[in-house]
Amino acid sequence: MAIERPLLEINHLETGFRITDDYYNAVDDVSLTLEKNEILAIVGESGCGKSTLATSIMGLHDAKNTQIKGEVIYNDINLLELNENLYNGIRGNDIGMIFQDPLGSLNPLMTIHDQIAETLVYHSSMNSQQRTARVLELLNQVGIPKPERVMKQYPHELSGGMRQRVVIAIALANKPPIIIADEPTTALDVTIQAQILDLMNDIQDETGSGIILITHDLGVVAATADRVAVMYAGQIVEEAPVEELFANPKHPYTRSLLNSIPHELEDDDDELHVIQGTVPSLQNLPRTGDRFAPRIPWIPAEAHEENPVLHEISPGHKVRCTCWKHFHFEGEDE
Amino acid sequence: MGFIEVKNLKIHYPIRGGIFNTIQDHVKAVDGIDLKIEKGKTYGLVGESGSGKTTIGKSIIGLEEITSGKILYNGIDVTNRARSRKKEYKDYNRDVQMIFQDSASSLNPKKRIKDVISEPMDNYFKLSPDETSKRVIELLEIVGMNEEAMYKYPHEFSGGQRQRIGVARAVASNPKLIIADEPTSALDLSVQAQVLNFMRRIQKEYELSYLFISHDLGVVQHMSDDIAIMHKGRFVEQGSKTEIYNNPQHIYTKRLLSAIPDMDPTTRKAHKIERLRVEKEYTDQEKEYYDKDGRVYDLSPLNENHYVALNPNGIGGNL
Repeated sequence: MAIERPLLEINHLETGFRITDDYYNAVDDVSLTLEKNEILAIVGESGCGKSTLATSIMGLHDAKNTQIKGEVIYNDINLLELNENLYNGIRGNDIGMIFQDPLGSLNPLMTIHDQIAETLVYHSSMNSQQRTARVLELLNQVGIPKPERVMKQYPHELSGGMRQRVVIAIALANKPPIIIADEPTTALDVTIQAQILDLMNDIQDETGSGIILITHDLGVVAATADRVAVMYAGQIVEEAPVEELFANPKHPYTRSLLNSIPHELEDDDDELHVIQGTVPSLQNLPRTGDRFAPRIPWIPAEAHEENPVLHEISPGHKVRCTCWKHFHFEGEDE
Repeated sequence: MGFIEVKNLKIHYPIRGGIFNTIQDHVKAVDGIDLKIEKGKTYGLVGESGSGKTTIGKSIIGLEEITSGKILYNGIDVTNRARSRKKEYKDYNRDVQMIFQDSASSLNPKKRIKDVISEPMDNYFKLSPDETSKRVIELLEIVGMNEEAMYKYPHEFSGGQRQRIGVARAVASNPKLIIADEPTSALDLSVQAQVLNFMRRIQKEYELSYLFISHDLGVVQHMSDDIAIMHKGRFVEQGSKTEIYNNPQHIYTKRLLSAIPDMDPTTRKAHKIERLRVEKEYTDQEKEYYDKDGRVYDLSPLNENHYVALNPNGIGGNL
C-alpha cells in the first residue's frame, strides 16, 4: 500500500499581484500540509498574505493580474492546473470556505433556505425535498434554533452570530473534506465567538474534516488549533504544534507578537511590547535577506542568514533563519 | 469627588408606527446609569454589541440627545448643552474629547494633518500661526510621529498612524476627559500595543481621565482602574478592576469573563468545561438575575469598590 499523502499539500506556492508592469509576491514560497481531522491555524497581521493564501487555494484570483506558481495537491491533482469548470466542481464540494464578513458573503435577496440549497443544486443530484431536508439538518447541526422558521428568513433578519452559522452551514453543505475559515469570528462578540469555535471543533470531530483557520487572534489559535503557522511578509516564519508554539516560541516575530498581547499590568510603568517600524508594502519588500531584520535592528546583521530558510529544530517545529538563537528583546541581555 | 458626574442617564429612542405614525414604544438604549469620573483614572465600559456602551460615550460628549438624567461638570448642569456658546458649556466642550473607532472616517480626508490637529486649538485658544505649528509638532512628537506628517493627508498613513493622529487631535485642546470608543479594535496586535502605550503615557503626563469603551476584555483589563459591565442598557456590575476580574458576582459578568479565550493551549479542555458550566448556569439562573420584564436590577453595594445588580429579594440579595 502506498504511503498515505496528506489531505492537502501546498508546495512552494507563490502568488504575485501585478502592480504597474511587475508582479510582486504577496505569498512567497509557502509550503504547508493539512492532515485529516486537523485544525491548522495560520496567524499573522494584516497584509502578511494569510488571506491571499486562502484565496489562492480556492483559485479565486483574477488570472489577468495575478501570477500563481507552485502546487496545491489534493487527491493527487494539482488544483492550480485545473480549468474553471473543473475548479468549480472542487469549490464548495471538496473545499468549503467560511468568510469573515457574514453579511457580505450572504445574498441579501435570497432566503436562508435558498442560499444553502444553492450549493446542493450545483454539487448533488438531490431533488427539492431532499435539499430542504438537508438544509434543515444543516441548520440543526450549526445550532440554529427553530430552523423551519429561520429557513424562510432573509439575512438581515438574523443577528451576526446567526448569520455566521448560516455561512458555516453553506460551507458544510456538501460535507467537504477541507474547510478554509478566514477570520470566522473576528466580527463577533466573545460569547458568540466561543460558541462558533466550539461549533467548528464539533464539526471537525464529527466529519473528520481538515480545517485551515486563518486568524490574527492568538486567543482563538490557543483555543482551537492543532498546529500553527506564523506568517510575516508573505513567508512562513515559524511552524509548530500549538502547545509547542505557545510554550517555546522561537522566531523573533512570534515572540514579539506574544509579548504585545494586552495583559494586566505589574506596575504603573509597565508597557506593552511594540514592534519597531512597520510592515513594508508589497512593492518595497526586500526580496533577499531576513524580512524581519529591519524591525529588530539591535540584532547584529551577522546573526541573520543571507537567505533564510526554514529549519526543523525539533519534530514538527520549524523556524526561519538562525537569528532566533541570538534574539533578545531590546534593552534585555542576550 | 468626580469632576464629571452622570446621574440616572436615560436615552430612549421612540418606535413609531400605526396610521398616524404615533409613538408606540421606546427602545431603551441606555436606561438609568450613574457614573462618576475622577481625575487621572481610566473607566472601562464593557459590553457586547448593542448593550448601549457607545451611546453613553456619545451622550456624554453631546452627540446624543439625553432623554432624562443629568450630566454635571464641576457641579454645573451641562445636559444637552453641547451646542451652547455660553462660557461654562464651552469649557465643557473643550475639556471632553473623543477618539473614534474608525480612524479613516473620523479624519477629514481633505484636510492636512496640521489642520486636523490644529482645529480644536483654533476653536478654544487664541494662538498665532507660529505657536499653532509649534504645538502641532509637539503633539505629533507625543504620539511618536515626526514633523513631516504635518503636510500630509490622512490617506497617506497606515491605520495605526491615523489612530495616533486621532489621539493627538483629542489631546490638542488640553482636555480633562477623553472618551475612547473602541480605539484599537481595528488595529493589529503590535500596532494596538503602540497606541495603548501612547494613551497611557499621555495620561500620566496630563493627568487625563479616560472613558474606555471596548468589547475586548483583555484590553480593558490592561487599561482600566474601574470597570462597568453593561447589558441591556444598564450596568450589571461596576467596581475596581481586581474586584470585577477576580470576584465577579453577576451571572452575566461571569459568562462574559469565561468566554475570553485562554492564551494557554494546554488548559484548553478545562477552560472549555468551565465555560460550558457557566453557560449552563446562565441559562438556568438567568431569571434570577433579571426582573420579570427582563430588566437588570438596580446596583447595590457589595463593598465600597464593588456594586452588583442583584435581585433585592432573591439569591444574593441579602449579601
